[in-house]
Amino acid sequence: MAFDATDIVLSIVKIAIVLSFVLSVTPVMAWVERRGAGMIQDRPGPNRVGPFGLLQPFADALKFLTKEDIIPAQANKLLYTLAPAFGLLPALTTIAVVPWGRPFVIPQMTIGGHVLFTGGRLFEPIIADVNAGILVVFALASLSVYGVTTAGWSSANKYSMFGAIRSSAQMISYELSLAMAALGVLLVTGSLRLSDVVWTQAGSFVLFDTIRVPAWNCFSPGMWLSMVVFIAAAFAETNRLPFDFAEAEAELVAGYHTEYSSMKFALFFMSEYMSMATMSAVIVTLFFGGWGIPWYHVPPTFLGFLLSAIAFLIKICIMLFVFVWVRWTIPRLKYDILMRLGWKVFLPLAIVNLVIVAGFIAKGWI
Amino acid sequence: MDSLTANVPLLLFLIVGTIAVASSILVVAMRNPVHSALFLLVTFLCVAMLFIMRGADFVGAVQVLVYAGGIMVLFLFVVMLINVRSLPHERMTSPFLLGGLAVGAAIFVLFATIVRTGAYHDEVNRPDLLRSTSTHITETVRAADGTVATRHVVRHHIVGNSEAVGSALYQDYLVPFEVASLFLLVAMIGAIVIGKRELSALEEETVPDFILERMETEADVKEVVNA
Repeated sequence: MAFDATDIVLSIVKIAIVLSFVLSVTPVMAWVERRGAGMIQDRPGPNRVGPFGLLQPFADALKFLTKEDIIPAQANKLLYTLAPAFGLLPALTTIAVVPWGRPFVIPQMTIGGHVLFTGGRLFEPIIADVNAGILVVFALASLSVYGVTTAGWSSANKYSMFGAIRSSAQMISYELSLAMAALGVLLVTGSLRLSDVVWTQAGSFVLFDTIRVPAWNCFSPGMWLSMVVFIAAAFAETNRLPFDFAEAEAELVAGYHTEYSSMKFALFFMSEYMSMATMSAVIVTLFFGGWGIPWYHVPPTFLGFLLSAIAFLIKICIMLFVFVWVRWTIPRLKYDILMRLGWKVFLPLAIVNLVIVAGFIAKGWI
Repeated sequence: MDSLTANVPLLLFLIVGTIAVASSILVVAMRNPVHSALFLLVTFLCVAMLFIMRGADFVGAVQVLVYAGGIMVLFLFVVMLINVRSLPHERMTSPFLLGGLAVGAAIFVLFATIVRTGAYHDEVNRPDLLRSTSTHITETVRAADGTVATRHVVRHHIVGNSEAVGSALYQDYLVPFEVASLFLLVAMIGAIVIGKRELSALEEETVPDFILERMETEADVKEVVNA
């Protein structure tokens, strides 16, 4: 473990950048979601606070802060208080293994002849470039069910309990499809490291010796099936419509967070959007080339890093909009259909896709 | 700064190890089974952290992945089968306390001896041995006709983590691995068979009376309506 002060400073800088992104997702997405819902349902949406209702999230936050924090008398107080933190933890930490820009060599920085920073060091825009990166994503995703379940159980409320049990069954089922769908990508990459996944998607496919298509996994015919399964399973893992059985407000009042109010509820609200952003980042990394820019070889300079980080951000934003779009377009499934879909449709499809990709690799087509 | 960072791994190990030991004691000491299940999760998370600190990212991630789902199922069993709010107040200590302490002490002595003699020590403080490396070598090759050419050779040295686990499971120990997975499959099918058979044997008795009554009244109503 050889590291010096510069490593620590760089790590803190990276963590600060990523955390500020993840934390700012919630207010932005709260606004996008409500305006998007308005757009899709042909109504204005929030438009009173600030221009285009842009200050609405701040009004919401103020409201959350000033609401009374109620703990039900029958609740298990310790777990009831800890549950929002259980939910928040995986949502905050998963993004640590996702690369968010082109690595670049830091130039020497001087101020008035005084060397502030010795250059030549490689800046890798990823908090932890773990050898088993994608496994860490799945491990933390499987931990996110604890927030929901402990919240539902500790509330001492029938509807909360129903929401918790439904969502734990759902998340355990869909985790399998999620992992199976990602296996195809990992086979092509030959590594579990997410930065390797991005590097293999650099460059382009050439069709008919003329058309150049970015070598993203979403353009590779062997990946289409797994991409659909992965995105659908990601919706289920983040508890979003059409799979939001943890909440199911038409059936279960508000599901697992029925009893929650004030900032504790706000934490659940935040972790939902954060895990959405993290899932979007993982989807983009696995299937849409990560930080790669189509038809452009990103140079290992600060400018290249900046451009690639912006490209990554744009891709995440598009994916997040898809989340909103689907939520306000597709109705919730029935619970038995959801379980049947997970076990009898998505899982076999993911396995079939794995066989297809393995065949392609054996044939030498990929 | 060096003296500060040199001790960080040891400090982390002490903190994480203490939490692991404390929470594993609390697993058995807690009255509420839900709390026990959650402390079991904390224990496994700490063990995963210890694995990651030793450079075994793969094992650490798999540890979390496997046990998080497993403990979730345990948690749900507890919630659904035991009414936690009406637990009887029994005595905390078991009659096997002394025997348990003796076994625990014996295992501690066993581990202490193994660690002390260094039988299971790996290459200490060589994290580079736990990484996969590729070495690029330029070789000179003399062809049959006497011309000398250089050839670029890449050697992959695969040690540690996912590649090492993969090659161990699917090359060195392929047959034991497949046999173990076959056993698991047999156990799973066996569980399903046992569950199914008991259900069919009890089927007649398990239909509650009020449902049978309702079925009769529904049949009566249908007859009247059809007539």
